[in-house]
Amino acid sequence: MRKLTIPEEEYMLPGHTACLGCGAAIAMRYVLKALGKNTIISIPACCWAVIPGVYPRRTLKIPLLYTAFEVTGAAISGIREALNAMGKEDVNVVGFAGDGGTADIGIQALSGAVERGHNVFYIMYDNEAYMNTGIQRSGSTPMGAWTTTTPGGKKRMYKWEPKKDVAEIMVAHHIPYVATATIGYPEDLIAKIKRAKEINGPKFIQILSPCPTGWRHSPDKTVEISRLAVQTNIFPLYEVVNGTYRITVKPKNLKPIKEYLRLQGRFRHLTDEEIEMIQKHVDERWKELLKKERCSNEK
Amino acid sequence: MVRMILTGNESAAWGARLSKPKVVAAYPITPQTSIIETIAEFIANGEMGARYIRVESEHSAMAACIAAQNTGVRTFTATSAHGLTLMHELLIWASGARLPIVMSVVNRAMAPPWSVWTDQLDSMAQRDTGWIQIYSENNQEVLDSIIMSYKIGEKHHILLPTMIMEDAFILSHTAEAVEVPEQKLVDEFLGEYEPAFKLDPEDPGGFGSLIMPEGPYMEFRYKMALAMDEARNEIRKVSQEFGELFGRHYPGLLEEYRTDDADAIMVVLATIGSTAKDVVDIMREKGKKVGLARVRYFRPFPYEEMRELAKKTDMLGVVDRSHTFGYGANLYTETKGALYGHSSIPVKNYVMGLGGRDITPSVLEKVFDDMLKIAKEGQVDREIEWVGLKGDERWS
Repeated sequence: MRKLTIPEEEYMLPGHTACLGCGAAIAMRYVLKALGKNTIISIPACCWAVIPGVYPRRTLKIPLLYTAFEVTGAAISGIREALNAMGKEDVNVVGFAGDGGTADIGIQALSGAVERGHNVFYIMYDNEAYMNTGIQRSGSTPMGAWTTTTPGGKKRMYKWEPKKDVAEIMVAHHIPYVATATIGYPEDLIAKIKRAKEINGPKFIQILSPCPTGWRHSPDKTVEISRLAVQTNIFPLYEVVNGTYRITVKPKNLKPIKEYLRLQGRFRHLTDEEIEMIQKHVDERWKELLKKERCSNEK
Repeated sequence: MVRMILTGNESAAWGARLSKPKVVAAYPITPQTSIIETIAEFIANGEMGARYIRVESEHSAMAACIAAQNTGVRTFTATSAHGLTLMHELLIWASGARLPIVMSVVNRAMAPPWSVWTDQLDSMAQRDTGWIQIYSENNQEVLDSIIMSYKIGEKHHILLPTMIMEDAFILSHTAEAVEVPEQKLVDEFLGEYEPAFKLDPEDPGGFGSLIMPEGPYMEFRYKMALAMDEARNEIRKVSQEFGELFGRHYPGLLEEYRTDDADAIMVVLATIGSTAKDVVDIMREKGKKVGLARVRYFRPFPYEEMRELAKKTDMLGVVDRSHTFGYGANLYTETKGALYGHSSIPVKNYVMGLGGRDITPSVLEKVFDDMLKIAKEGQVDREIEWVGLKGDERWS
């Protein structure tokens, strides 16, 4: 019999208000399982400001501070220092923000918080657009995607700039722990949170969280798409511990990017040439990552 | 008690130090910097035990204070002008979350054009944020007001944040003798901070959840309005308690000076008060019966005191160091609003001293003369008048 490595205790109760097949809901459930009861979480404006439910009901069994959109980094700094002032160094402090609140409007507060070195977790659940407001483009939207602010028209549009690489921006802050994860690899995700828990200082984890509503895929494909993101190398799973890279899941049978893209309506318009261009971009990034892994392990 | 020579900013830092906040989060801006530098020195010397978060913006300063205070500790921050207006979103958050944060604000002009000199548009633009607002006349008042603000705001039937204003440079960088109270006495006065609620894994609450129109959003706001109204009594009460313990007596929301038999009374904020008091004395010696009313608390506004004031005199001249662009300036419109239906005496608005332009005794004397003329004639010539514009011979 295979040993179950995912903690059984639930900190997310039934009754949340997320869309069917929401990857972000799964991300929260795993993160809390890994962190346990002694945790305070701060959530800005994002899908997760709505998912816990309407006052006075709440789906989370841990204390939760809702904040303004752009302040997650500052909020967790404040919670951490207040707890330390009270001698409660053992409480986990977690910022849990979407990609818009992290890569765009919240990047200043995030940068400030991790640069100052507070002992906090910052979880970016990445659904690759402003999903709570109705699928608008963010800096984390991938190349080629349709969103409501990059729609297709007679003159054509869509999002063509590369996805902003927040994990690498965090690496450039020389913080002790940076990782990527996705809900389709829960054991990898939980192992990363647990490893981060052992480290004193800022910890940043980016969790790719498929969004059936915004990515235009069937709700039962959430896990499959999450796994395909890793198996096609468009979202590699790795961690950077004190500057040393380690790719945690290396796809055994690498799949073409087309398999990932074709399941999602947001990429439906792509021509063969455009898919080829995205494939090239993915390949180059993967090579870069391999190089980083090799070089950082040489030191 | 020790007597020290302190600037307004040093007085603010001392007020914070004596109140023992556990978290200070701040970002530098001229002319606030010497507040947060002095606090840094206190902490570096082990004289102040706060955790100091040197945030990357004022917006984050207020966000960090909100989060820390919600976690269950007393907090302090300080800012000015652009820093204050950058905080705007979170000022509303802080009061809505019912967190009694205390903040020093150095009143400085808003750009463009760039100016670091005093002007009150920055804090006037925060009138509706749900903060208690107090304007200081001198450095002693800066220090004492910080201590009193914790006491008032932290009461569980109040739970509102407070900003304590000081005029840029006129107070912030000007030293005068200040009585620094004994720590023991301040400890006795303030007591340990007892949060009404806090983030706690043993009692997991959610703060700021989503709410529907049928949910208690409106009731939360109503309770805030009641708390702000109730703050009037608490301010009066705490001012008295402070006086009994420290020997320095503050007159609650509004200070009056030689108003009892005045033909005309000037209504002012902040340091204009101390200049105007001297001018009142000079005018009185000349047989001109004028008086002064200095509004200490702009929020909650002392409308009852203002109505009593109007009964004593024939005319009010309201001096503003800011403007609202579109009608009169803030203190004027608030004063008139308080008097409507209760008094029919003429009220005139004098807009002056913007961008740090000096408000001298000789200009104030001319304003008093203008006020006495209106008091005699029984009607206002011009409702809103800008005083001291270049090339305007009338006031020079």
